[in-house]
Amino acid sequence: MSGPFRTPSGGRIDRAAPLSFTFDGARYVGVAGDTLASALLANGVHLVGRSIKYHRPRGILSAGAEEPNALVTVIRDGGRVTPNLRATQIELYDGLVTVSQNRWPSLHHDVGAIAGCFSPLFPAGFYYKTFMGPRWLGSNWAWTRVYEPLIRRAAGLGRAPTSPDPDHYASRYAHCDVLVVGSGPAGLCAALAAAQAGGRVILCDEQSEMGGSLLSETTAIVDGKSALDWIADKIDLLSSQDRVTLLPRTQAFGYFHDNFIALAERVTDHLANPDPASPRERLWQVFAKQVVLATGAIERPLMFPDNDRPGIMLAGAAHTYLERYGAKPGHRAALVGSHDTIYRAALALARQDVVIAGIFDNRSHPDSDLIPLAREAGITVTTGATIIGTSGRLRLSKVRLGVLSDDGSARDAGDLACDHLLMSGGWTPSVHLFSQSRGKLAWHPDKQAFLPARSHARVWSAGTCAGDNELSEVIENGFAAGENAARAAGLMARPRVAVAVENAQTLNGGSLGELPHPNRHSRKMAFVDFQNDVTSEDLKLAVREGFQSIEHVKRYTTTGMATDQGKTSNMNALGIMSSQLNIPLPDVGLTTFRAPYTPVTFGTLAAHSRGDLFDPIRRTPIDSWAQDNGAVFEDAGPWKRARYFPKAGEDMHAAVRRECRIVRSAVGVLDASTFGKIEVVGPDASEFLKRLYVNDFRNLEIGQCRYGVLLNEAGFVIDDGVIGRLAESTFHVTTTTGGAARVLHLMEDYLQTEFPDLACWLTSTTEHWAVIAVQGPKSRDALAPLVEGIDLGKASFPHMSLAEGKVAGVPARVFRVSFTGELGFEVNVPADYGRSVWELIWQEVCLYDGCAYGTEAMHVLRAEKGFVIVGQETDGTVTVGDLGFGWAVGKQKQDFVGKRSLSRSDMIKADRHQLVGLQTVDPKIVLEEGAQITIESSSTAGAAALGHVTSSYWSDALGRSIALALVSGGRKRRGERLHVPMPGGAIEVVVTAPVFYDPKGERLGG
Amino acid sequence: MLLIRCPHCEMERPEIEFRYAGEAHIVRPPDPAAVSDEAWADYLYMRANPKGLHAERWRHIHGCGRFFNAVRHTVTDKILKTYKAGEPKPDLGAFATSADR
Amino acid sequence: MTQFSFLNLVREAFGGQRGWREQWRSPAPQAAYEVVIIGAGGHGLATAYYLAKEHGVRRVAVLEKGWLGGGNTGRNTTIIRSNYLWKESEAIYEHALKLWETLSRELNYNVMYSPRGVMMLAHNVHDVQVFKRHVHANRLAGIDNEWLTLEQAKEFCPILNISGDIRYPILGAALQRRGGTARHDAVAWAYARGASALGVDIIQNCEVTAIRRNVAGAVEAVETTRGTIRTRKVGVVAAGHTSVILAMAGVRMPLESYPLQALVSEPVKPIMPCVVMSNTIHAYMSQSDKGELVIGAGTDAYISYSQTGGLHITTHTLDAVCELFPVVRRLRMLRNWGGIVDVTPDRSPIIGKTPVEGLYVNCGWGTGGFKATPGSGHVFAASMAGDDPHPIAAPFSLERFTTGRLIDEAAAAAVAH
Repeated sequence: MSGPFRTPSGGRIDRAAPLSFTFDGARYVGVAGDTLASALLANGVHLVGRSIKYHRPRGILSAGAEEPNALVTVIRDGGRVTPNLRATQIELYDGLVTVSQNRWPSLHHDVGAIAGCFSPLFPAGFYYKTFMGPRWLGSNWAWTRVYEPLIRRAAGLGRAPTSPDPDHYASRYAHCDVLVVGSGPAGLCAALAAAQAGGRVILCDEQSEMGGSLLSETTAIVDGKSALDWIADKIDLLSSQDRVTLLPRTQAFGYFHDNFIALAERVTDHLANPDPASPRERLWQVFAKQVVLATGAIERPLMFPDNDRPGIMLAGAAHTYLERYGAKPGHRAALVGSHDTIYRAALALARQDVVIAGIFDNRSHPDSDLIPLAREAGITVTTGATIIGTSGRLRLSKVRLGVLSDDGSARDAGDLACDHLLMSGGWTPSVHLFSQSRGKLAWHPDKQAFLPARSHARVWSAGTCAGDNELSEVIENGFAAGENAARAAGLMARPRVAVAVENAQTLNGGSLGELPHPNRHSRKMAFVDFQNDVTSEDLKLAVREGFQSIEHVKRYTTTGMATDQGKTSNMNALGIMSSQLNIPLPDVGLTTFRAPYTPVTFGTLAAHSRGDLFDPIRRTPIDSWAQDNGAVFEDAGPWKRARYFPKAGEDMHAAVRRECRIVRSAVGVLDASTFGKIEVVGPDASEFLKRLYVNDFRNLEIGQCRYGVLLNEAGFVIDDGVIGRLAESTFHVTTTTGGAARVLHLMEDYLQTEFPDLACWLTSTTEHWAVIAVQGPKSRDALAPLVEGIDLGKASFPHMSLAEGKVAGVPARVFRVSFTGELGFEVNVPADYGRSVWELIWQEVCLYDGCAYGTEAMHVLRAEKGFVIVGQETDGTVTVGDLGFGWAVGKQKQDFVGKRSLSRSDMIKADRHQLVGLQTVDPKIVLEEGAQITIESSSTAGAAALGHVTSSYWSDALGRSIALALVSGGRKRRGERLHVPMPGGAIEVVVTAPVFYDPKGERLGG
Repeated sequence: MLLIRCPHCEMERPEIEFRYAGEAHIVRPPDPAAVSDEAWADYLYMRANPKGLHAERWRHIHGCGRFFNAVRHTVTDKILKTYKAGEPKPDLGAFATSADR
Repeated sequence: MTQFSFLNLVREAFGGQRGWREQWRSPAPQAAYEVVIIGAGGHGLATAYYLAKEHGVRRVAVLEKGWLGGGNTGRNTTIIRSNYLWKESEAIYEHALKLWETLSRELNYNVMYSPRGVMMLAHNVHDVQVFKRHVHANRLAGIDNEWLTLEQAKEFCPILNISGDIRYPILGAALQRRGGTARHDAVAWAYARGASALGVDIIQNCEVTAIRRNVAGAVEAVETTRGTIRTRKVGVVAAGHTSVILAMAGVRMPLESYPLQALVSEPVKPIMPCVVMSNTIHAYMSQSDKGELVIGAGTDAYISYSQTGGLHITTHTLDAVCELFPVVRRLRMLRNWGGIVDVTPDRSPIIGKTPVEGLYVNCGWGTGGFKATPGSGHVFAASMAGDDPHPIAAPFSLERFTTGRLIDEAAAAAVAH
């Protein structure tokens, strides 16, 4: 027997399969089919948690996803610690280890419970009213050092894991004709109807087993079968169809634009020994032509003083525990409520020999077929009655009864002993997803509920979430919703056979808000939001303090903001607000139903996007050579680029110095494949480039290159690169590494939408070419032996030339360009040949004692020449004029992108920040990039900056440090002494021209 | 995630295949030199940003690569029409009723 | 107004909490006001408060379409910092930060300003250059901001993954220790309570339907769902809805409104002592006093007033969060929501006059307006009360888009939060 409170038979559990588990270290036995909550109840355990503020003992309230109290931490091996899980949703497995939360030193003896004694000091929003002093400690001192740390420590529920999660998560997209959410009677019928129409159907349900409320239905006969047999039939029917996907343990948690629904599937959490290859959870992102919501309803607690003791439970939940899980909530029950659910629960309990101490119906004249049945069973039914208090420290021991008068007051009617109290304030339709779909809700006073009214999305609602009450009605409307959805999805619904329902119990009633009790303003607490410890008095106080919007009250009191998001509390809160403000309930308004419906694991949402899959890595065709040769890489956007190639014992600075020296004295090779490349082709190609770039390209001769600068329409430099003309109508455009995609997008934009008259086509060729830069005085000597069809001679192939030929036998485009200031070439070969050509060039380079160099040396070499890097010398606020590139601007051009902006008043000011060189007076000091520049040497706080250092390096060629900077009116300041303030004092610098090495460019012509 | 019908591919594809490109039918002055600073600023920066129907540009960047325009309701995010760049701006008033839903 | 103090809490504990008065009045609108502020968010309420308190303008109405503080004030991730790059931005955000430091006292309302430090992560060489530039610029301006090595960053935020095995390893961080968070709702309520006590009428559920101008073109009244209100000065502080309001006066703005999403986890015991921002991989996270991890996502791609964005935006942010903080992967998203942010071309606000006489605007705070709340209200109040803009507000004029004198924080750092 798995626990003293287990029924002898019945339910969806397997009594022959015992499962051992622990809760707070104590060992218990449950059975297959149990949840943690049902197993604990079967063992007589009600106390499972402590509340957040007052640390009040709390028990299991519900049997589902709405549970506010029974939150536990589940501990598995290998750091798999998961806090805040609901005991009502945790499926039992052998060896399950769980612990309670938010208590110290133990659940039974929690020091924090002392807070309950001071509860009058902690009304809603108390923290806004205090913790501001004492004044003599200075503003905020006590708050930040004392109060806030204390509050932080007291707050929070479970503990987060302390080691990285070893599990993995999956994600999948799916398309279907009809997605059905919820597999209760309405959902099953909707899925059947849609499937019979031939649709692709996905049916998901948050529970481990499909069937919804029918899983605990023991009286009704559907189609001549018991409910359980009927479900089994229908599930068989659905699973036999290959166009139907059944997803148990799958919560539809978000309804997004255009019928895009997100589902979270729990794949392994219920298994004792999950396959490590399995994902723990899976995110489904479903595009559904039509959606049927059959999400059911959630039972409401009643608000009476001390309505939160362990042993007080929702009546419907108790019924579920009894009928589905074979677990009795106790020996002696009292029931209270305004809904017939209490009678159904009482009758079921009585059948299992639970003593029914009494049913107390809030209604004075309830009208239910079940009342005579209850009386027949010997149960005392008192109408016009309520509960006005409860007792029992860690478990309910007795309740105090009240008699309701016609004037709405309640009179003390003495105590009644019982070990559990079942309550029902009626059922709230779950319209969360419908509301997320932007559907409009309407208040139905007869049903005391907000129900789906006008749909915005392609969505249908059926069953109790749509206000259907009788089982026959639920089934009928479920079918109808499935048919409607199928038809709307363009399918032909097939005629259906009527379903006969017999013996179903009809349950009516319900109430909202607080129940009357004689001791108003007492310190007794009637909880609205159990998890956040919000009482009816808190809500009333908020209203008295002027918070009249439900959103204000929610935020001020935190009602509905706990991990259950107010599933059991929101309607009651509205009820209290309505009576307190004396306005009809629908006028109070509703808070927004926000996704997710239930909490969703971060890992599930991130799914595969981790590590290298977080963002695809881009590597060049030559990357593997760099790896083989010990390169240190840096991230440049999605690319990995070789930053330097250290030899044994070298740090970055030593390696870079060596690489620079060799390029300047002999020859170096750089993998320049990451630079963006765009082929611009067509009769109007030159006209197009002319309109885009500041430069003119119409007069560029075939076989020549030109440095191009690209602005945005606001006039600021956004990209640059070398552009070569291969033929009258063919240009090879290069861009920065980071700008490649952006530039192509911008070009396409202008070509397609501004200049559609131009005959010109754009193709990204970045991935097509591997680019090998060969730079240095020996570069021609190194390269020439491999080149066929191009004369690399000084005169025949001068600086800024371009030719097609063969390199190492491979078709190639060779540019004579230099980003180093040395004689240099850039060899473009098809990417597949990148590494082999590189290696052949490398052999030649080695003959001249050359080296491979990385981006860091590239930066130093270009800075020595004053070549800018877009994104380093520029920051989106820099113009061509600021860079001193006025020469590049095509003088004959009426217009190009950004030209008009250049004549705006701020763009022509003399004090614009202009590119200059800086030399430290002490040549050994290398400035820090980003450092500010001032006139004065003493930098008092608030001193105005003239500009900043954009690039700064040690130049081996010059034997000193160099820097580039943007300085206000900089070009006129050449020779001026300025200062770079640093924490240790200002560094004196002299403004120079932004070129330090070979200013006449003689080495380029070599 | 929006479902967007590309008028070039003539099929509905998920939003992540597309890139939004701002308000549509903003014409670049044919002769920018001839317009005032104010008019130029207007072209560069001033946007209708309506709460309601909006004609806007999209590019099927991970598909056909073409730019096109869409009429979308900025409160419901429902796309009511897509059409090729260069086609005239539709009469937004004609969409008003269906968009309010 | 009931004074908020521990003493009064004790008194009320014995008095059954019957002594607390309403925190602000809910009056019917009067026929005319000296100044009408449209939008009862933090910025609008702060503006009204400072108008009344510092400029003696008592006949002020704040009109709110919904409930006060219900827009971006109540929807943001509450990050406060002032380590911006340009001197104009430094000035306004630092002005705000200084006001934050004494705000609870000033308003007798604990807004829980918590200077726990805001750390901005660098993931590549470019980030390092940019953040160091910020550090140097801020130090010169007297604003605290310091560079942390990888190890120092880890010490400051122990759950940070500083290993090299993530896709974009962290190289270091910039830290502003005075940066932090505050309780967003409380800021709106505190200003509302303070302003109301000074005579400001806060009128909720009052939507502006038209702005009426006289023959000379100047503002003379606003039409609302609760009647006509005459006034000669209107301040529009309507964040994402600014374009809609200003269109009523025929004013076009360089603004676009985008949905910006945020989310919180279920509450857990403290694991996150500070605010961490990674602009490069789009993750912003802190932990509220309640224990929820508060996470900021990016904006959706398209303009929208729907307050709901795409799931792919949220998941992308969680990708990044799980990379940076692998211990949170098993925690769960509790609530996800969106706000509507008004974004300018240079990601800096617009504060001051519009081309219409008597019509002022304070907008364009984009994704980072919460931190500016006190400073924004303070300088906007001064700009509306006098004829000249407050010196700190002056550079944020509308005309910068014509002259080209942009204050481009986005271009400079690609940091907008």
